[in-house]
Amino acid sequence: MTPQLAIFLILAAIAIAGAVNVILQRHPIHSAISLITVMMALAGLFLLLESEFIAAVQIIVYAGAIMVLFVFVIMLLNAGVEERTNMSRMARYAGVPLAIFLLIELAYQIGAATLSMTPQPAGEGVTHGLSMLLFQDFVFPFELTSILILIAILGALVLAQRGEGVPGKGGQEKIT
Amino acid sequence: VKGYPARAGKRKLPEHLLESAEGKERTLVPISYYLALSAVLFGLGVIGFVFKRNIITIFMSIELMLNAVNLAFIAFGRALGQLQGQVFVFFVIVVAAAEAAVGLAIVIVIARNRQSLNVERINLLKL
Repeated sequence: MTPQLAIFLILAAIAIAGAVNVILQRHPIHSAISLITVMMALAGLFLLLESEFIAAVQIIVYAGAIMVLFVFVIMLLNAGVEERTNMSRMARYAGVPLAIFLLIELAYQIGAATLSMTPQPAGEGVTHGLSMLLFQDFVFPFELTSILILIAILGALVLAQRGEGVPGKGGQEKIT
Repeated sequence: VKGYPARAGKRKLPEHLLESAEGKERTLVPISYYLALSAVLFGLGVIGFVFKRNIITIFMSIELMLNAVNLAFIAFGRALGQLQGQVFVFFVIVVAAAEAAVGLAIVIVIARNRQSLNVERINLLKL
């Protein structure tokens, strides 16, 4: 077993365990922290795939900014433990096994169908090539994203502002 | 694009198991492993999206699916020796940031109006 394969297996195990934990946890803050673990493991996998810039962006933007936003909203809403869902008998005995079967089948088929693909050797200057692409070929979509972010900021501001005449709750009750 | 030298035509099956001809290239993890992991993560995201009842956790499941797709993009880009996959991942991350900002604002409004984050109580459009 090469060191790369060992690192891959460790990171993949962390990612899958984190993703399962996101589903199993009942409190949103625990799910959020599990999701941050998944993103960190994925950043390691991006490093293993020799895409250093995306790995850095993954940590800074995804784990740093987006997940902080999630944690912020969870704190702000004082979100409590998720209510128990009473799964129907059909869902429990047919749905869950079928979902797990679909998962395994999907992973197996995709893995088997792409077995002949081999990683091309990455030369030097992957980030340099990426920046050349981003600011030459894709410069128009890149500028469009700035407008998208501006609209998103405006939308978030308009949506989240407290309306006129709505009394503040001011309570400490948990929202579930 | 500079960086990735084109190696068309050398697409033999057991190549990833052998030392390459140059000798300096080390054995790498097969691309199919990454894609299988990506499929598993995407499936777990779908399961979370369907099973969870908290609207914030449902949002997190969407982020998990986006992350799985990012992994597939980068793995395919690596297999084809191209950088466009990484550009796509960059845009996906930007759009995910915008989506999270607007989505969480909607969550705040819903929680304020309904006093609940349970999606079964958010049934205004239900027949």
